[in-house]
Amino acid sequence: MATRTDSLQGKPAERVLSLDPKQNIKGVSNFARSMRRLRKHRMAIFGIGLLLFVILYVVIGSLVIPESVSTYNDPRRKLQPPSAEHPFGTDVIGRDILARTIYGGQVSLFIGVTAMLIQILVGTAVGLLAGYLGGVVDFLLMRFAEAMLSIPQLFLALVALRIFSDPTQFPDFTFMGRRFSSTMIVIVFVIGLTSWMRVSRIVRSVVLSVREQEYVMAAYSIGARSWRIILRHVLPNCMAPIIVSATLGVASAILLEAYLGFLGLGVRAPTPTWGNIMGEANSYLDSWFYWFFPALFIMLTVMGINFLGDGLRDAFDPRSLK
Amino acid sequence: MTRYVVQRALQSIPLLLIISFILFNFTNALGDPMAVYAESRNRPSARDREIIMRRLGLDRPILEQYLIWLIGNDWMPPIDVYGDGSRLERGTRRGVLRGDLGISFVTRRPSWTRIEERLPWTLILMVPSYVLTVGLAIAIGIFSAVRQYSFWDNLITSLSFFFYSMPIFFVALLTIYIFAVQFKRWGLEPIKWGGTGDGTLGSLLQHMVLPVFCLVAIQLAGYVRFVRSSMLEVLNQDYIRTARAKGLAESQVVRRHAFKNAALPLVTLIGLDLPFLLAGAVVTERIFAWPGMGRLFIESFERADVPVMMAILMVLSVAVVVFQLLTDIVYTWLDPRIRYS
Repeated sequence: MATRTDSLQGKPAERVLSLDPKQNIKGVSNFARSMRRLRKHRMAIFGIGLLLFVILYVVIGSLVIPESVSTYNDPRRKLQPPSAEHPFGTDVIGRDILARTIYGGQVSLFIGVTAMLIQILVGTAVGLLAGYLGGVVDFLLMRFAEAMLSIPQLFLALVALRIFSDPTQFPDFTFMGRRFSSTMIVIVFVIGLTSWMRVSRIVRSVVLSVREQEYVMAAYSIGARSWRIILRHVLPNCMAPIIVSATLGVASAILLEAYLGFLGLGVRAPTPTWGNIMGEANSYLDSWFYWFFPALFIMLTVMGINFLGDGLRDAFDPRSLK
Repeated sequence: MTRYVVQRALQSIPLLLIISFILFNFTNALGDPMAVYAESRNRPSARDREIIMRRLGLDRPILEQYLIWLIGNDWMPPIDVYGDGSRLERGTRRGVLRGDLGISFVTRRPSWTRIEERLPWTLILMVPSYVLTVGLAIAIGIFSAVRQYSFWDNLITSLSFFFYSMPIFFVALLTIYIFAVQFKRWGLEPIKWGGTGDGTLGSLLQHMVLPVFCLVAIQLAGYVRFVRSSMLEVLNQDYIRTARAKGLAESQVVRRHAFKNAALPLVTLIGLDLPFLLAGAVVTERIFAWPGMGRLFIESFERADVPVMMAILMVLSVAVVVFQLLTDIVYTWLDPRIRYS
């Protein structure tokens, strides 16, 4: 639902066509134009709002409620429904679910964002290499990507996670006074390294179309080196699809973490995540508050990201009608 | 065309080899498969362990193990079972290429029989929910697209966004909580869930209601969005205006001119998604205690039952590759504008 009133229609057109040098001096970059479209995209703004809410929840929450609350357990008050003292109730060993969704949320969001960074980094690198070098490199990399794509990601992630989460080899670590399970770091790499394939395909296809452009030929003929052509001419053209897949990548990383956690095979104790709280709550169906709140936060986050991602796609590609 | 198909089929052979090699290395790194034996009732002694290792070929380097998995060891030099040359046994494995997917470490029966037991259950669950999903998605997607930006279109778009972002366990737990737990409290007949029922058709159908509902609710959103956007794209084409201009009824325009063309990308999507139905739905099967392929994978994963895991993954990969090829062929048949050379 992008409002497509820029460039040739409406007010901005006057400015583009204006002959007054003072007005034209600045020019409007493609990126700035896209961002302006994004601001008018109601669903994207709604998505940003949702995300801000979730981020503020985990940030302000951790300022108000100390971490010790999320780990303090008292079996005598287990599975208590929401009350003034515990707004989200308590879990099976009497921990406050509100505090656990705050600290678990921090970990879930951290995993989502860092796994996305790895996914984008690897995907972009592979896509650039395959598209720019072509030939055997392209063939091998793309067959490898295809091979990885034809196996369900959850299966791949499960196996990889098991291989690299031996607690004797990767012990818990302490960071800023909090103890974390090393599986938290492992899962970031596992999710990142099992989800780069789509990004690499997108980047590769952009590279293939850009490579044939005259300005790349021009750059090549004045003696620019390959890496310069890649960084200055090819990469900027890939930015739009990369930003869109990065946004949506955070959502799928958070979801995958949640599924792994739900199966009880994700991040291990003592580190809570929205996913592994769900995994514990799975057997206590009657205590609805136990699973409802972490699932709600997963949903809000994923929904916010999907709205934003869709808005970004519309903003970068004004032709798309979605 | 024939040449193109043959070429594609030949290309998929190295692809499957790469897939199987990656997977073999992966699954074999899972941990000590002998741990399963160590847990069994008649716990083997250290010497027996060694013998079992040799019989299974687990003492060999990974590349050789892969070769045995691929083409069997019945033609290789006999196995020195005791390690001192006093007893030589011929290998009995024929390898995947000759249809032998190996013996499960856990049940000691062929991996394929494990899959044969579970696959029907997965299909019973996945096929109806997939058919429902696609059918409903086409109906809702078209309904929404021809009323673009109307109240109904906005409602459907928002709802599909909502369900698209729902993790499936949330939908599943909510529906169980409402239709089973709360219904009982309200004095209504709760819907039965968990497992596949007592063997009668009625009970099976009742146990299918909730999981099918969840699977449809989750998958539907994505498909509705897809149908809607490809319909919108087609509805803006010149030939639709022409069809309207020559006085065709709107229903004719939508059904015969627009939908037929909008269905083309949908065919691709379905073709690429179909093979993954075989994988079952890991989370859904877990919640509803459904004995399908997803559960089988998790079970074999938890016990490091490498042959069964490899069998499942390879069946899937072959299905994915075959369906990709089929999709391409169907596509050329449906859309005469496309010609592969």
